[in-house]
Amino acid sequence: MSENVLHLENVTMQFGGVVAANDVCLDVNEGEIVALIGPNGAGKTTVFNVITGVYPPTNGRVTLRGKVIAEDQPRGKMRKLYAGGHAYEYPHTVNQTPDRITKLGMARTFQNIRLFKSMTVFENVLVAKHMNMKAGFFRTALHLNGAEERRMREDTLKLLEILDLTDVKDEIATALPYGKQRRLEIARALSTNPSMLLLDEPAAGMNPQETEELCAFIRQIKERFGLTVLLIEHDMNLVMDISDRIYVLNFGALIAEGTPAEIQQNPDVITAYLGVAET
Amino acid sequence: MFDTVLPYLLSGISVGGQYALIAIGYTMVYGILRLINFAHGDVFMVAGILMVYISASGIPLYLSIPLVLIITAGVGFAIERVAYKPLRSAPRMSIMISAIGVSYTLQNLVLYVTGGLNQFYPSIPFISQSVTIGATSTRMVTLITPVLTLVLVIALVLLINHTKIGMAMRAVSKDFETSRLMGIKIDNVITVTFVIGSFLAGVGSILYFTNYSTVIQTSGAMPGLKAFVAAVFGGIGSVPGAVVGAFIIGICENLLKGMDTILIKAGLSKSMLGITTFSDAFTFALLIVILIVKPTGLFGEKQTEKV
Amino acid sequence: MIQAQPTIKPKKLDAATIITIAIIGVVYLLAFVLEQVMPATSMLFTVLKKGATYALVAVSMNLLNGFTGLFSLGQAGFMLIGSYAFAILTIPVAQRLSVYQYYDGGLVQFSLPWLVAIVLAGLFAALFAFLIGLPVLRLKSDYLAIATLGFAEIIRAIFQWDKIGTLTNGSNLLRLFPTFADFNVRDESGQVLVYWSTFVPFVIAGVCIAFILMLINSSYGRAFKAIRDDETAAEAMGINLAKHKMIAFCTSSFFAGVGGAMLAMYANSVQAKSFTTAMTYEILLIVVIGGIGSVTGSVMSAFLFVASSEWWLRFLDQEQMIGAWKVPLLRNGFRLVVFSLIIMAVVLFFRQGIMGSRELPDLFRKRHKLAGKGARKA
Repeated sequence: MSENVLHLENVTMQFGGVVAANDVCLDVNEGEIVALIGPNGAGKTTVFNVITGVYPPTNGRVTLRGKVIAEDQPRGKMRKLYAGGHAYEYPHTVNQTPDRITKLGMARTFQNIRLFKSMTVFENVLVAKHMNMKAGFFRTALHLNGAEERRMREDTLKLLEILDLTDVKDEIATALPYGKQRRLEIARALSTNPSMLLLDEPAAGMNPQETEELCAFIRQIKERFGLTVLLIEHDMNLVMDISDRIYVLNFGALIAEGTPAEIQQNPDVITAYLGVAET
Repeated sequence: MFDTVLPYLLSGISVGGQYALIAIGYTMVYGILRLINFAHGDVFMVAGILMVYISASGIPLYLSIPLVLIITAGVGFAIERVAYKPLRSAPRMSIMISAIGVSYTLQNLVLYVTGGLNQFYPSIPFISQSVTIGATSTRMVTLITPVLTLVLVIALVLLINHTKIGMAMRAVSKDFETSRLMGIKIDNVITVTFVIGSFLAGVGSILYFTNYSTVIQTSGAMPGLKAFVAAVFGGIGSVPGAVVGAFIIGICENLLKGMDTILIKAGLSKSMLGITTFSDAFTFALLIVILIVKPTGLFGEKQTEKV
Repeated sequence: MIQAQPTIKPKKLDAATIITIAIIGVVYLLAFVLEQVMPATSMLFTVLKKGATYALVAVSMNLLNGFTGLFSLGQAGFMLIGSYAFAILTIPVAQRLSVYQYYDGGLVQFSLPWLVAIVLAGLFAALFAFLIGLPVLRLKSDYLAIATLGFAEIIRAIFQWDKIGTLTNGSNLLRLFPTFADFNVRDESGQVLVYWSTFVPFVIAGVCIAFILMLINSSYGRAFKAIRDDETAAEAMGINLAKHKMIAFCTSSFFAGVGGAMLAMYANSVQAKSFTTAMTYEILLIVVIGGIGSVTGSVMSAFLFVASSEWWLRFLDQEQMIGAWKVPLLRNGFRLVVFSLIIMAVVLFFRQGIMGSRELPDLFRKRHKLAGKGARKA
């Protein structure tokens, strides 16, 4: 039984009157590739955003390797509006900022690619190493951190080589073709030395050929960097191919959990995606 | 005691109404374009200068007033077309810099034309008459301003809520892109917004300069800034909010101006504390407090950004 | 095209950089030599001194607005703090009674060396920036602009308040502190032997701008650019937004304070009411004309701006006659009108400014395969 990495307990996210995620419970264990799927608008990216500290949860708790990174219960106006479950079981308020969570070893990519538009491929990956820099402000500003800077650059070059981006390393990031931009996003996330990787729709906009390559690619980097992966995805081929376990979300709530084989048979999942058969 | 406070209260209500007329322009433009129109205060000033020159050229008041209002609305329209429309798809900073550029240009144009000398605003009969209330003597304009402001604001709110163009304006301020997709002629909506805002600023300038009587190129800076604070205070994008904010700021500012005197009269202080110097700074302090405590203002709505 | 030398070495000490360094060296040499040979009252030196000051302030503003993406309009406020700090700390004790004539000689009764005072001027400005930044830096860009503008106005009001006149001299101006002219070496009869009054501001501005350049080219500089490009992504990549924004804000304000001190030394007197929002607007416009995101651009643009407004375009303000015909339009104030129109033209049609986001060495380099080289959208 491998160790638990990420644990979501009764996570509810409510915006005003809209419950975007409702009582979501989720676990990802060491070395697994877990997928979070569901129709559009099901709340998947919302769950990601709670996990990575972008939104504080309205209710519930998120732990990373046992350490609580987000926790809260309805407060203020939300007390009256709250429409989720398990309210008032999480009295502490914890809300780690995204940068802290990345420092704890969890990195993410974005659904709409968010590369640094004015920087080159090389710089995009290099800047992700800034958080691990040991030198202080003055030493860095006065360029007295030569050895460390050199090491960061070497590591960046190595990473670009592994991810097959060396030939474009001096291009401005947004000038790359779409597929390479996606790869760059992943490269940048990897540059932070994570132990867990969150991928938000990595196959969006790809044709079947590219998706197959992506599948192999994800397996490859998982092995190479010893990662645990949680991904959001719509492409069922990729999901069924690559995942160890799958969670299915619909209208913000979990409707199913299991292995790919189990999920494919699950009637609730089929209804959610395809609707009820007309008789 | 009330007699001591009254003059400041009255001038506060009066200038509050004038700020409100300017603030509406800021809030409407921000609501639609998400732009802080830094040049709006200078449009207000230009309206004042126009009145000086038009009336000095012999045109009678019943013609010059409408002429000034029309030209001011035209200036607002022209600024939008020339300096903002081309930058609509540019990053936000560019259009704000353009607004600052327009403000700089207007001030320099007026400085050039007037030679930097104080211009004297023509005296408009009836509203510049003296009027006595209680033990205070003030001018007609002080009483007319709040009334006129309320009338115009009510008319505007009716327009926004009950006409087709008003509905278009509301739609555009809620969602720019979708409104375009739904076939709303964005250019027209934006034009109407700027025209209304500038027109109201023109009215405000007539009332304001009747009271303050000198106009120079920097006359629009402070009122403009204060009106903007009023708009933020009331909830940027909300017309009633801007009006409420403006009156509050006008009243507080004037009470502060008289605070030294009031405190002495009330026996709470023996000498002039010099609080008056801070009547201007008060507005900014209020702005900062509001931005920190409730950035959406009194009547604003919270907007979450989708990541 | 694969580059022969991969980007391991942080500094490309290539031909372009060497040419740039050489050019800068020549400029400094000229600044020194020209002052020895030309009449000291020449407009050139006014432009050079004021230009150097504005160059520093423009670069400091570019660091904040252009490189980190924080649209702040508070520069004049920090310059004011720096100016006052410098003046207050360096007025010779013997002169204080005459300067602070309404305040019994004033509160501060000691006097520090100018170099110490310049550093303190920057530190005071940075301190105020820290305090202001705590509440203000988390605001969205447009609100940040207005909040910083508001703070600058509040600072200006406070410094004119006569209740603290023993420190600030209230609404009276501060004078008799060390100025650039004091750096000239004189003999016993008062004749100047060696002119340093232009070289010194060049050195001060040069050292500061060099630091800022090094900062921009360091890991922190990359973090700032990441924040500018996409805050959310930057945060996801482990960059603490609050901390880095504060660093950028305080650094920028430190140098604005130093710039304020330099302004005091240039103008020979300091008065709160000259530090208006119009001053901030002018600096912003200088930055825009030079190119947001280019230090070289800010420096060039600052000198061009000062030269035009103090010197070259002066003729537009004077009535000119061609034979018996009076040229229309030319009179006092026309210069500023022309200026404003040029600025609007740049803002509307040349949004990249003079340099876009390139630096001087880039002008000498052969065009690389860099897509969008320097053409980062303003």
